[in-house]
Amino acid sequence: MSAHGPSSLKPGERHNGDANPRRRFVGQSVTRLEDPPLVTGRGTYVGNLNFPHQLHMRVVRSTWAHAIIRSIDVSAALAHPGCRGVWTGADVADIPPITFRPTSVKGLEPYRQYILARDRVRYVGEPIAVVFAEDPYVAEDLADLVTMDAEPLPVILSADAPPGEFAPGLSTEAVVMRKAFGDIEAALRDACKVVEVDVRVGRHSGVPMENRGALARIDHSRDVLECYGQGKRPHAHRDAVAALIGRSPASMHFYEGHIGGGFGVRGEIYPEDVLTCLAAQRFDRPVKWVEDRRENLLACNHSREQHHVVRGAFDRDGRLLGIDAKLWHDQGAYVRTHGARVPDMAMGTLIGTYHVPAYRTVGYIRMTHKTPAATYRSPGRFESTYACERLMDAAAEAFGLSRIEIRRRNLIPKDAYPYARAMDILDHPVELDSGDFAGLLDKALVHMGWEQMQAEVAARRAGGECVGLGMGFFMEKSGLGPVDGAKVTVDTRGKVQVITGASSIGQGVETVMAQIAADALGVEYRDVKVIHGRTDLLEYGIGSHASRATVMTGGATRMAALNVRRKALEFAARHMVEAPVELLDIVEGQVVRVDRPGEPGIPLGKVAAALAPSPETVAFGNPGLTAEGWFETAGMTHPYGIHTALVKVDPETGQVKVERFHVAYDIGCAINPMLVEGQIVGGVAQGLGGALYEEFVYDERGEPLSVTFADYLMPTIGEMPTVDVLLTEDAPSPNNALGMKGAGEAGITGVGAAIAAAIDDAIGIPNAITRLPVTPQRLKALLQEQRAGRT
Amino acid sequence: MATKMAITLHVNGTEHEVRVEPRRTLSDALRTDCGLTGTNVGCEHGVCGACTVLMDGVPVRSCLIFAVQAQGHELRTVEGLASDGALHPLQQAFIDNHALQCGFCTSGFLMLSAGTLEQQPDIDDEALREVLSSNLCRCTGYQNILRAVRQVRDAGKEAAR
Repeated sequence: MSAHGPSSLKPGERHNGDANPRRRFVGQSVTRLEDPPLVTGRGTYVGNLNFPHQLHMRVVRSTWAHAIIRSIDVSAALAHPGCRGVWTGADVADIPPITFRPTSVKGLEPYRQYILARDRVRYVGEPIAVVFAEDPYVAEDLADLVTMDAEPLPVILSADAPPGEFAPGLSTEAVVMRKAFGDIEAALRDACKVVEVDVRVGRHSGVPMENRGALARIDHSRDVLECYGQGKRPHAHRDAVAALIGRSPASMHFYEGHIGGGFGVRGEIYPEDVLTCLAAQRFDRPVKWVEDRRENLLACNHSREQHHVVRGAFDRDGRLLGIDAKLWHDQGAYVRTHGARVPDMAMGTLIGTYHVPAYRTVGYIRMTHKTPAATYRSPGRFESTYACERLMDAAAEAFGLSRIEIRRRNLIPKDAYPYARAMDILDHPVELDSGDFAGLLDKALVHMGWEQMQAEVAARRAGGECVGLGMGFFMEKSGLGPVDGAKVTVDTRGKVQVITGASSIGQGVETVMAQIAADALGVEYRDVKVIHGRTDLLEYGIGSHASRATVMTGGATRMAALNVRRKALEFAARHMVEAPVELLDIVEGQVVRVDRPGEPGIPLGKVAAALAPSPETVAFGNPGLTAEGWFETAGMTHPYGIHTALVKVDPETGQVKVERFHVAYDIGCAINPMLVEGQIVGGVAQGLGGALYEEFVYDERGEPLSVTFADYLMPTIGEMPTVDVLLTEDAPSPNNALGMKGAGEAGITGVGAAIAAAIDDAIGIPNAITRLPVTPQRLKALLQEQRAGRT
Repeated sequence: MATKMAITLHVNGTEHEVRVEPRRTLSDALRTDCGLTGTNVGCEHGVCGACTVLMDGVPVRSCLIFAVQAQGHELRTVEGLASDGALHPLQQAFIDNHALQCGFCTSGFLMLSAGTLEQQPDIDDEALREVLSSNLCRCTGYQNILRAVRQVRDAGKEAAR
């Protein structure tokens, strides 16, 4: 940790030598600053925004999974009186394919997507044309008038099918990735037992309640192209889209407004984002695009679909000597913004919370004729945790140990942290910062009443019920750095503005940043306004992804607030009160003398007013009660947790009822426990979706079958168990002053693992569940096979 | 393009004279023609419930009703919940219980709950869960939504005593 600038605090330094950072709001479950507009219907979701004289864009999508485009007929659309324009691939031939983030993984370039298909289409839903009209209903009419003639090609719908041809001479196997450390061959040779699991995770995704949309226009007073509705990573996407449409980044700004849920899928640069900006530029009119739900399920990034074969080499005591893993990753039709980050993370995190002396993993990244895949909350980790935990359950069975005991024997011990692994994840070396997993396990077992739960399950089974318990241990990663900045300003009424490069996708980032800033500065958190997702107000920003905002943006916000505090105190000491700075403090927005309690203080607003530009304030340093702060960290933070599920199976229908769900999670430092719990419970709901209900199903021709909410089943309250959360702060991160770790993905990572284990337990068949989601059809078929095997 | 029809929509006690195509959904008319964008549209096929409004006091999916069908009915949207600057008890309870994150489904849940509690102030927990299962939320896991609505129901029962 460090900070820059002449009046910055040095690492570990705190104002007035306080032994601990003050905590009035940090750690408190204060209500959210975000809520008032959202409960009164004043949200600024992009669909709610309009500019005069705007055009509406509608995308025409491929109905073919894989085909050579013979021709696209736009004549009927052009003849419609409401038509203001139609583009096909030929009209945007000057626009390069969509870029991906920098990566050391080579060979992905040929698999990028053009904003409108050229020559071939590769998934149902791929944009083949866009139409423009004055009215969104008319735009839909126009889209129906565009037809495509095509020559079908064979479809590939599975990553473990033999690779085919992406384009002439180019394999659908885009890249083979490898990671390894230690001597895996020796581990396999020396093992007492080698246990293998072969498991699959189905295709599902984030599916936020708000569909995607964008509204772009050129503000000629500044020659700036503005685009509204861009969440998660506005700065990076602004830069990328600007490059694609040939503008300088400074002449283009993204504003996110309110975003109706993120969950990873807003991190893609979609063809539609580029098309909307390009259209605003070409038509020189505001252009609005909002997709419908069918389009969202067809065209917003899919995720998760992977096939893992994992072999664990164990010594005679059930201790891991090594893990040898293979992974087939279904990337869908194109490689977009995230490159190979999802399989990279799956491969890098598979060994999770365990001490594994030798590890080797190979990932086959393969293209299929489905919607392109990318990140969804806990990308790679939901999948790899499920695979690894299936292995541990299988090992428990093989060694005749309890499922808890086999894990205990393999957990990374508390005194081994910081714990390095000789490999990279996303080009960063792996070093787990802090942890005490066994300690968390002990607390979790007591908290949830594990023994009592086991007794209850045994009694119910004796009564003929099909009930079971399962656990999923997981290691998360959060706070992806390396650097983030923030700017804090106090105005003349004492109100504080924090400008951050974070994004608010519903997670409560405004409240959390306000809590951090308020404590660092010495003000009421409700007096802090947090700005996010605006490229015009802050030059750099990383957005919100990978559970990073609290750690990174929170770190930067704290540094900036401390710098403002220092500035206020130094200026007040020199120009406003006759006292040395050591005797001053800021309490509830007032500069006070610590040696004269009860004496009236000077409101911060007055200090801000006194810092208005003048020869005196220029001589002091720089005018204004404002400062920037930068936070940098070498390492990520690694929170960890345990998911436990109690399920009941109906053997007749194959239905799984999740009765109880426990999450134990060590977060290092919870800024707002209520919001952390909210993140976790919401994550559990999504995890249950992926474990039991949600799946993008395709027929054999590549026709997607899950294109409405009647087919793509997300959990309602009816499917939700009571979720009980135990939050601990036993392993604060050494990488930041408050010890913070991330919260965004804690609720989802271990759900697939816990549910699979609980179903195994309920039906009394070890290693039965090898595929998620465990739909009633699949479970019923499995039970029928079992019965047939017995007779 | 079909001929537009002149209709009057009664929303939150205000009359809106609008001209709409017969195919225009009520949700689009509210959002575009009445300027009431608090009603969000999540799926346009009646599953998610984000667009729930009250029609003569009954929760309905405004994406499944044509604007022309709503003529002559009393409509209430999320914009009509607060009165004289004071939040409706449900709005306050949603804030107090952290019953929203991204907020996109919130208007629908508020209107569903408001209509339900007005019709069945004594609704039991099981029936309430059943009612709330008609809407989708992707952020909260529902636990806090249920808590918020129960709190308002219980406060109402207390007040009625």
